[in-house]
Amino acid sequence: MKNINNEHILNILENQDHTTVTMLSSLLSVQDDIGYLPKNAINVIADFMNVTTNDVWGVASYYLNFRFEPPGKHIVEICWGPSCHVSGASVLQSLVLEKFKLKNQGDTSDGKFTLKFNTCLGACPQAPMVSINHKLSGKMNSSKLLKILDQLK
Amino acid sequence: MSFESLKRDSDKRWLDLISGTKPWIRVSSTMCCGTSLESEAIVSEIVNYIEKNKILINIDTVGCHGICYAGPIIDILYKGQPRIFWGNVTQENVVKILDSYIKKGEILTDNLLGSLGDKAIEGIKKIDDLPGMSFQNRIALRNSGNIAFNDIFQYIANGGFEGLHKAVTKMSSDEVISEVKNSGLRGRGGAAFPTGLKWSFMSNSKGVKYILCNCEEGDPGAFNDKGILESDPYTLIEGMAIAGYATKSTNGYVFIRHGHDGPIDRTKEAINQAYENGLLGKNIFGSDFSFDIEVSLTGDSYVAGEETALMESVEGKSARPRSRPPFPAAYGVWGKPSTINNVKSLSYISEIIRNGSEWFKSIGTESSSGTAIVCLSGDILNPGMYEVEMGISIKDVVEKIGGGIPDGRKLKMLQTGGPLGGVLGPDSLKIKIDFDEMAKAGAILGSGGIIIIDDRTCAVDLTKSLVAFCQYESCGKCFPCRLGMTHLLEIVEKISKGKGNLNDLDLMNKIGKNMQAGSLCGHGQLGYNPISSALKHFQKDFESCMSGNCPTGSCNERQIVFPENTRPSSWQTIKGN
Repeated sequence: MKNINNEHILNILENQDHTTVTMLSSLLSVQDDIGYLPKNAINVIADFMNVTTNDVWGVASYYLNFRFEPPGKHIVEICWGPSCHVSGASVLQSLVLEKFKLKNQGDTSDGKFTLKFNTCLGACPQAPMVSINHKLSGKMNSSKLLKILDQLK
Repeated sequence: MSFESLKRDSDKRWLDLISGTKPWIRVSSTMCCGTSLESEAIVSEIVNYIEKNKILINIDTVGCHGICYAGPIIDILYKGQPRIFWGNVTQENVVKILDSYIKKGEILTDNLLGSLGDKAIEGIKKIDDLPGMSFQNRIALRNSGNIAFNDIFQYIANGGFEGLHKAVTKMSSDEVISEVKNSGLRGRGGAAFPTGLKWSFMSNSKGVKYILCNCEEGDPGAFNDKGILESDPYTLIEGMAIAGYATKSTNGYVFIRHGHDGPIDRTKEAINQAYENGLLGKNIFGSDFSFDIEVSLTGDSYVAGEETALMESVEGKSARPRSRPPFPAAYGVWGKPSTINNVKSLSYISEIIRNGSEWFKSIGTESSSGTAIVCLSGDILNPGMYEVEMGISIKDVVEKIGGGIPDGRKLKMLQTGGPLGGVLGPDSLKIKIDFDEMAKAGAILGSGGIIIIDDRTCAVDLTKSLVAFCQYESCGKCFPCRLGMTHLLEIVEKISKGKGNLNDLDLMNKIGKNMQAGSLCGHGQLGYNPISSALKHFQKDFESCMSGNCPTGSCNERQIVFPENTRPSSWQTIKGN
């Protein structure tokens, strides 16, 4: 478990790789570093940016990439945009939902996987697309995906 | 260093590369084939080969050739021979290809795509004859696949920064604006507003002013903005700097969605190189023009691509649109005058200034000069990113470039201009790719994405996925959109499940009209478009589905699971769930 005390978060904020520092850039930096936004991060960012915690919560809850609990060990994203939809994305969705015993995107109970449905992973010619731990994989099909998932320890 | 000596230096390096004394290997690697098809692994395989065999080889990672169906692609230039291309290269066969060619001069025919150069090799096709290559006129993509994405000298050797140099040293700001006006360039982000005219609205006030480049590109089916940034980020940087000079701006933001690491990292690197060579920063070319560019990242929000929402996002707030007026040219990001252009629009600028507006105007049609970068995906033989002259018919794009529909199936629908652009039927093939012609035919070119859909898909099924997208991406600011999209999705889902009746069509029409009248931005105003356009061409599909007979069965087979739009004040609170 990473140290996520206030000093650590402040350290991330002060060293963020964004030329213009804003609430959003601060939130992105914390999530990039820790994997999610711990509760105290919102307060630290509010102090750091000299705004209210309410302001920061507003931004954090608006962008759908932010999460407030630690993600699973592996992040599996399935694209359901129209190109991927007509190329068979829903088959991949059902397959993974069943394997992970989930009803919609979310985390598996053992904390091993986080499943996300993405509106566009941006590589439509290779549809259907999935992304495993931020690495894109194209021309996906059920057997290929199962093989990849089974290899994840 | 003066621009002249920078140019001399670059030319020297380029001549050395193309002399062919050492083999020059170029591997195409972008988000599409780079990570998803393992071309990064191919690069390391080649590097291992070089180290093991101690051969002197130049190797570069280049951008996209556009023919995604053949990716990953490698090519070798060696010993006065033309460039030889191989496609669908894998980690397993790349060494064999290199070894045969470099050591024995043998061109392996497995995976061979063709050659590029004046000299022909007997028995080997020219790459320009490949499907998709022959109809292209690459202007914005002129360097894509030819230069390394991370070597500014290769860009300069190919005419790079000559446009900026000409503008700053030989032209006034007003002259640059009139040149762009005269070129007839219209915005490639979707609205097709004349770029030069937009620039002329920028306030003449002194002080900080911004050029914003929009690469949010959330439209499923469109990947040309990211393609440009990954293949040739320099052309965008040069275009932005010229826009800065023309509008007397001081700063530029390249706005990209967080998570698209390829475009982000490559743009950042290119910006750094431009600074190192005095092409950005203070007193460019010794003039009194100074310009800074930085990358600004946004989170997951489709609406962030709307111009005023984009400015909110740059300021670090939620990406919700502002009301207009005031317009960005007077009150933009941080309250300063701002101009927003799409990546593609800005990528033409350097060539327009370098070659003159008359040259650009001579390409394309009278009302839409230049080229369009179309992205083909879906049920198509040759998916890819192709730069074609305006005026070409959609039929030629789908059949001659895209190679038509695979497996002998029939074209049923085309989805253009992003999810809000709606659906077209096969009769749209005759439409020409031209802003005005398409608008007249009720179609939107948008940012150039064309998703091709064959007869296995029911129009209700496709509409459901488009409406679900629009519902999921509603920012929640205006209730006609927030509630309207949710209501529309519920009705389309109901129809798709074999329920519903003709009254539902009237109800949807009513909701759609309210959304159009009562929403602040295009997302709500056009939110009914996917349904109205589908009904225009495929009302029969809706009627069959209502009676439980989905015409293709895809409504039953494809059970999409939509994630929930959890933005605050969004639908789940209203529904009381």
